[in-house]
Amino acid sequence: STQFYKWLNHLMSLHVQTKPSNCSPDWETKVLEYFKEKLKDNEAASWVPSLNDVPVHYLKANSLVKFRCFIQDMFDPEFYMGVYETVDPSSKSKVLRSGKYKDVAECGHQVDLNTKNAVTLERQTFYCVPIPGESPWVKEISFSYSCSNPARVVPSTSYAPCRHKRSYEEDEDMETQPHKQKEQLAGPQGTTDIHGSGDPKRLETEAPSSLSNAASGCSSPLDLNFPLPGEKGPACLVKVYEEWELFKVNDILEVYDCFSTSLVDPMDCTESVEEQRVHCPPASLVPRLHMLYAHRLQHNNPLLPPAASEGQSSSGFLNDVVSVRGELLGYLTHVLLGDALAAEYLILHLISTVYARRDVLPLGKFTLNLSGCPHNSTYTEQLYRVIQQLIPSSFRLGMSLHNMNNLRLVPRKDYTANRLLSGVLQLAPNTSLFLDETQLEQGQLDSTGVRNITALGNLISWQKVDYDFNYHQMEFPCNINVLIASEGKSLLPCDCHVRLQPQLAPPNLEQYISTIQVSLSPSLLNKFRIYLSLLRTLDYSISEEVTKAVEDDFVEMRKDDPQSISAEDLHRLLVVARLLSLSVGHTTLSRDRWMRAKHLETLRTNRTEQQKCVNGNEP
Amino acid sequence: MSSPSATPTKGKRTRGSNPPTRKSWSEDALTPPSRRRRTDDASTSDLQPMPTSPVTDMRSPAVQDTSLFSSPAQSRHSAPLNEIDMSSPLTYGTPSSRVEGTPRSGLRGTPVRQRPDLGSVRKARQVDLHSDHVSGHFPSLADEGLFLQRFIDPSSTDDENAGLDLNEPLYMQKLEEINVVGDPVLNVNCEHLQSFDADLYRQLIAYPQEVIPTFDMAVNELFFERFPDSVIEHQIQVRPYNALKTRNMRNLNPEDIDQLITISGMVIRTSQLIPEMQEAFFRCQVCAFSTRVEVDRGRIAEPAVCRNCNTTHSMALIHNRSIFSDKQMIKLQESPEDMPAGQTPHTTVVYAHNDLVDKVQPGDRVNITGIYRAVPIRLNPRQSNVKSVYKTHIDAIHFRKTHEKRLHGLDEEAEEKLFTEERVRTLRELAAKPDVYERLSSALAPSIYEHEDIKKGILLQLFGGTRKDFSQTGRGGFRAEINILLCGDPGTSKSQLLQYVYNLVPRGQYTSGKGSSAVGLTAYVMKDPETRQLVLQTGALVLSDNGICCIDEFDKMSDSTRSVLHEVMEQQTLSIAKAGIICQLNARTSVLAAANPVESQWNPKKTTIENIQLPHTLLSRFDLIFLMLDPQDEAYDRRLAHHLVSLYYQSEEQLEEEFLDMAMLKDYVAYARSYIEPRLSEEASQALIKAYVDMRKIGSGRGMVSAYPRQLESLIRLAEAHAKVRFSDKVETIDVEEAKRLHREALKQSATDPRTGFVDISILTTGMSATARKRKEELAQALKRLIQSKGKVPTMKYQQLFDDLRAQSDVAITKDMFEEALQALTDEDYLTVTGKTVRLL
Repeated sequence: STQFYKWLNHLMSLHVQTKPSNCSPDWETKVLEYFKEKLKDNEAASWVPSLNDVPVHYLKANSLVKFRCFIQDMFDPEFYMGVYETVDPSSKSKVLRSGKYKDVAECGHQVDLNTKNAVTLERQTFYCVPIPGESPWVKEISFSYSCSNPARVVPSTSYAPCRHKRSYEEDEDMETQPHKQKEQLAGPQGTTDIHGSGDPKRLETEAPSSLSNAASGCSSPLDLNFPLPGEKGPACLVKVYEEWELFKVNDILEVYDCFSTSLVDPMDCTESVEEQRVHCPPASLVPRLHMLYAHRLQHNNPLLPPAASEGQSSSGFLNDVVSVRGELLGYLTHVLLGDALAAEYLILHLISTVYARRDVLPLGKFTLNLSGCPHNSTYTEQLYRVIQQLIPSSFRLGMSLHNMNNLRLVPRKDYTANRLLSGVLQLAPNTSLFLDETQLEQGQLDSTGVRNITALGNLISWQKVDYDFNYHQMEFPCNINVLIASEGKSLLPCDCHVRLQPQLAPPNLEQYISTIQVSLSPSLLNKFRIYLSLLRTLDYSISEEVTKAVEDDFVEMRKDDPQSISAEDLHRLLVVARLLSLSVGHTTLSRDRWMRAKHLETLRTNRTEQQKCVNGNEP
Repeated sequence: MSSPSATPTKGKRTRGSNPPTRKSWSEDALTPPSRRRRTDDASTSDLQPMPTSPVTDMRSPAVQDTSLFSSPAQSRHSAPLNEIDMSSPLTYGTPSSRVEGTPRSGLRGTPVRQRPDLGSVRKARQVDLHSDHVSGHFPSLADEGLFLQRFIDPSSTDDENAGLDLNEPLYMQKLEEINVVGDPVLNVNCEHLQSFDADLYRQLIAYPQEVIPTFDMAVNELFFERFPDSVIEHQIQVRPYNALKTRNMRNLNPEDIDQLITISGMVIRTSQLIPEMQEAFFRCQVCAFSTRVEVDRGRIAEPAVCRNCNTTHSMALIHNRSIFSDKQMIKLQESPEDMPAGQTPHTTVVYAHNDLVDKVQPGDRVNITGIYRAVPIRLNPRQSNVKSVYKTHIDAIHFRKTHEKRLHGLDEEAEEKLFTEERVRTLRELAAKPDVYERLSSALAPSIYEHEDIKKGILLQLFGGTRKDFSQTGRGGFRAEINILLCGDPGTSKSQLLQYVYNLVPRGQYTSGKGSSAVGLTAYVMKDPETRQLVLQTGALVLSDNGICCIDEFDKMSDSTRSVLHEVMEQQTLSIAKAGIICQLNARTSVLAAANPVESQWNPKKTTIENIQLPHTLLSRFDLIFLMLDPQDEAYDRRLAHHLVSLYYQSEEQLEEEFLDMAMLKDYVAYARSYIEPRLSEEASQALIKAYVDMRKIGSGRGMVSAYPRQLESLIRLAEAHAKVRFSDKVETIDVEEAKRLHREALKQSATDPRTGFVDISILTTGMSATARKRKEELAQALKRLIQSKGKVPTMKYQQLFDDLRAQSDVAITKDMFEEALQALTDEDYLTVTGKTVRLL
């Protein structure tokens, strides 16, 4: 298998470097076909080194790499020399070469641009960054997968990934110790902390990225433009050769590329300095990748097979979905201080996703507002950490006045540098956004603050973010699960408001939560992870019969008391019923589930009613 | 027209000498650069004799030796068809030499201005060598002349032709204009050219670099023939525009390199002026001998030896005696409408030369016609390495701002979305269907259930009435836009409806009353920190000129903000007097607003005004006011439930099929808005008059006014909009019927006096129903009587009086009513209220 990879690489470089002058166009497509075929095989794919795990300078130029990434921006298309002719100065012999998959035309030869055989072609550049908010465990596991493959050899580098290799057991060990984990979790990408700096080799790659802290607002030597503050990892310029229209900003992809680091930067007087810096950053910091093949990821959960083959593996899992749900409910109940109803709603929230849009109305979103979170405590942070451990990508946004007035939530076009400055709300589909409203204090919101709050409101209501293009705004639909933790009812709109009713009041919250986490077995944790990611992908329908029953029910309820249920309530009820059915692995709505959904809603509304009586101030 | 003698002669000669050439040329142009690889040399060789003789010379190895690497600005070689450039000799800079021998007196005296936009300055020298041969070989010069002399466009609507006689040759009139005005630029609409001579048009598109100069020559020839004594700054330059394929930036591809293209976009950045050297001036430092060197392909060949004294390296460049031309880099971004969802906009670099510099400003929407260029990027000037990527840019030849006309007259350009014939046919077919009105209204926001009349109202709003201009009679323009207010319970999908409309219309704005200030709605003046220039920043209302401004939470808007709406909603303009800028902007926007009741729930016992607490002066400016209430009836509930449930299990594809898609609706509206202008027919006018009289009559019986002229205007607008829906040029009785029905429907909902159950327009126009007013007066009188009955007491306790009045009255009297009555008496100067005491006067 080492052989295999070497061979693959060889073929690759063959493909890239030479191109027989009599080459038929088929030749290229055939090779690409072959690659795709090979890479479908999980085994083969795992031999390819991943840019997510291996520092840039350990990779050999023109070798095959893969990269799990997020399209942050798209640059203008560029024209390049598809086929050109070189003249050997000594022999005057002419050779036709392909300009595909590389940055610089052949050195050492005269390039004849006037030849009749030259072809100009077009390609597109994407600016890609690692998936924003990717949970540490995702990085850990995908890294351990690639390391645990015994056959894997990183070609031609002295880099020994085994230094960081963690066996699966160790990995699980760590999850049980959140504090230790926090320090180490930086994972394969390395961290800025002492652990990381112990390794001089790794430091190099970290230095530029760790500086690019969007929140701090410092203008670093090179802002890599990550959507979230404090993110790390390589940013890449991915050159796309075909079908670039299929990709969209904010897609997450796994790309197989030809890795290239041309050390020379083009001199060009037409662009401004800023633009130059952004569009042609040093290749050592922002490597260039030439895309051979890419597929869009539906999720970035390494425990699940990628989208294509979900059918077979999930069916097995669905059998014990009910028991996993039970366990998860128990776990979350503990975390939510014994509030089972809130835990139930939290599960529904975690598996919700926008599955369709009807004109402007996104269907399936389920924004949850968990009110009654204790102020001035680390509870929300603890809660977030629990959620982060369960889902592949998430971000916690402390809604402090300072953050609201200073953070850039909405991406903005920077015309000087001609790029899209990222913002916190530029997130991949199915990312969880945890809004911590307990941090919001009284005070003055400035205009940025108002805009930010409006943006959050729009995100929740319409699942869209209006990117700021200075002269106009552009709407980007998104699919972000928003969870709001607040003391009273949140000031933001939400689909569902649950008042937390703690059944117990542990003296030391922090200790309490970590004890719960410790007691969770790693294998069960992984089951939770699979459960939450898998259920999102299921299809769902309602039979004629149940439709009728639901209609009757609605009419009946309205008859008794028209105020009791509005169209909006029915909307919510249908979403709850849908999620409730899916949460037990049912893909159709049954009468029982419908009744159960109604029951849940009644419990929930009663609770808010109660609260209203207790505390007249609360709306 | 007296045709100048020279041109026809020349034409004959050309035709006679080289007919087959011409054919091959046009054939090639027919299939031009389909995947313009350099490989298709076969076709170009056919072409060789074609444009100019120098081509063959240029192909000689000697010329080719000037390889790319010796000169930096290499646009020409990157260009797939290098013969274009080779022919560029005849392009420009030297017509005077070519003109030799032809009797054109005025032409000679007028200096030629270089055209860096064509990128051909540099080859001037070589041309001279060949110019003698060249002059005989103009294949199309005659055609250009012919085109200019003969082209007539009687159906012109082009604003550039304003004031010209449409039945006379258009471009000859323009030449006359040049003679008078002295601006030596002739803009040529490529569309005209295409309709006149398709071959020539194709040549122009495919080989602009050489065809435009021949145009220039033809124009100058014609011009000086006609106006031999005319003195203009330099020779006339032809600027073609509207190269038919006005395209989206996204569609540009390698095939377009070196072709004439027109793209639309928005200017996002302009650079400082860049002086580009055209001719360098050298002086020998030893003997002061001077020499001039022209820039050749971006390089200056510095003379190493002084020709006069033979000193080596003594020549020094004298900057201020060199000749420079202006150049400016402009960044153009795709217009937002052209972009596919989920992608970021593309940008292109445009270079403007000479007088085109500073013609556009950031934020302008423009159509740019120019030549698309690609230049290879050199890694290092000393190395032969080339980055395998080209830099692309457009050399601008013509700018056309698309929104400029917004300041005067109708905004056709922006609406001038190109409809293919096929699309128009589908739209017309749809319009011919008898139930098109219902179809369209149900296609509007299908996710929102029922509320048919509201959707119909909004549909009519999308189409709008016909704009009428009475400014000559002093009345000013009549508003054509329909304003709609939705009020009702929270959670009745008002916001959703607004969002939908905002997404549907090209120039829509969405604001929330809570978050917007008067400034955000109107416009404000800002000082640019860099240039210290005052910049007018426009707000939502101005931005949605000719569109719809959706205002959510209308009731939450502050009074000062709302006050700006008064002007906008009736006069359709916006006046600004700030920081020394006094102006009136057009804000011909329809307002679609949504308001929630002041109490959390709509109170059916109160009038609309009381429920939403908006000033009646503003309310009366809405043509239609709808209530979106929760109808409480079983059948409705059932249908609603069914609708919602189906929303949740149907797959996306099913949803797609169900209705006319949004794109269709968009096109339909855009088409109707730009092409249909219905006028009232006789019967329709009669019907309107009758409707109005009827409305007035309803109230008169009860002493109420139930309609005002404003309502008549609303009716007319609605009827016109309905005619537009049918693509009808005439407003007919059915339109009036529907307008009446809708108007009545809206009134029934919003202007019904809850106390009497009658529709009372005065609720909306004066804020109070006639019965309420009557009751108020009665109460005041009752109070007066009560006070009088108490005899001569100068002061009374407030509370005591209130209690007495309540005891006396047989209807419940609220404190509000009591205060109103007191107020009424105060106004009569009967009493004053100070604190808790009431004092008689």
